[in-house]
Amino acid sequence: MVPLSYYLVLSGILFACGVTGFLIKRNIISIFLSIELMLNGVNLSFVAFAAQWKALSGQVFVFFVMVVAAAEAAVGLAIIIAVYRTRETLNVDQVNLLKL
Amino acid sequence: MLHLTLFSIFGLICVAGAINLLVQRHPINSALSLVVVMGSLAAEYLLLGAEFVAAIQVIVYAGAVMVLFIFVIMLLNAGEEERTRGSRVAVLFGVPGMLIGSLLVAWVLVEHSGTQAVAPGALPGPPKTIGWLLFHDYLLPFEITSVLVLIAIMGAVVLASPPQSIQQKREG
Repeated sequence: MVPLSYYLVLSGILFACGVTGFLIKRNIISIFLSIELMLNGVNLSFVAFAAQWKALSGQVFVFFVMVVAAAEAAVGLAIIIAVYRTRETLNVDQVNLLKL
Repeated sequence: MLHLTLFSIFGLICVAGAINLLVQRHPINSALSLVVVMGSLAAEYLLLGAEFVAAIQVIVYAGAVMVLFIFVIMLLNAGEEERTRGSRVAVLFGVPGMLIGSLLVAWVLVEHSGTQAVAPGALPGPPKTIGWLLFHDYLLPFEITSVLVLIAIMGAVVLASPPQSIQQKREG
């Protein structure tokens, strides 16, 4: 028997790691991976609360979060390819102009 | 007891993968450690009884989305990232502040939230029930997400296709 709070703490740790990576990483792909990590942390708390409140809706919401994350990954990676094509760099410090 | 042991093992793998994602400098290493995080999270979902979510976690997240990431990393030939030095104020105040804050939140959650223990497989989420919910109670959101995915596909094709000038050069 594991208390719900353990799951919440694990989900919080994952989310905090995602936020830290988002802030300290300089490679645009690594920043994107950190966002995925944050989404995963949130999904864990959704499933844990679903088990706590005996409501399957939480798991359906995880499904929706995954769909939105997949769509976001497709569009985001296309944007990364477009950025790389025009600027020849993946470092976010060098991507500081909206228009070339 | 077995449940707690399994939770701790997969939780430790999960946190180790997340920290490895932060430490690694090459994006491909970060991506592979994210696969580890997702795999152990699928095991945590199974411990909670969410079979359907565990399955799509492995298939969609660890499978499809991560393959897309690794494709792009290899396509762009991404090298090691350069480190920049953060501000000293952030290290002086941010790190201790974050540690104290997260310890406080964890303490409140563990000691004072009054949550009950979750039995292994407490809420079985068989695909049949999830599917009924999805196509009955959540039919409208489901249809809206299908439109969203369609728009995302078209957006990805438009964004990733080479610009007009390069296309003309190739043809002519």
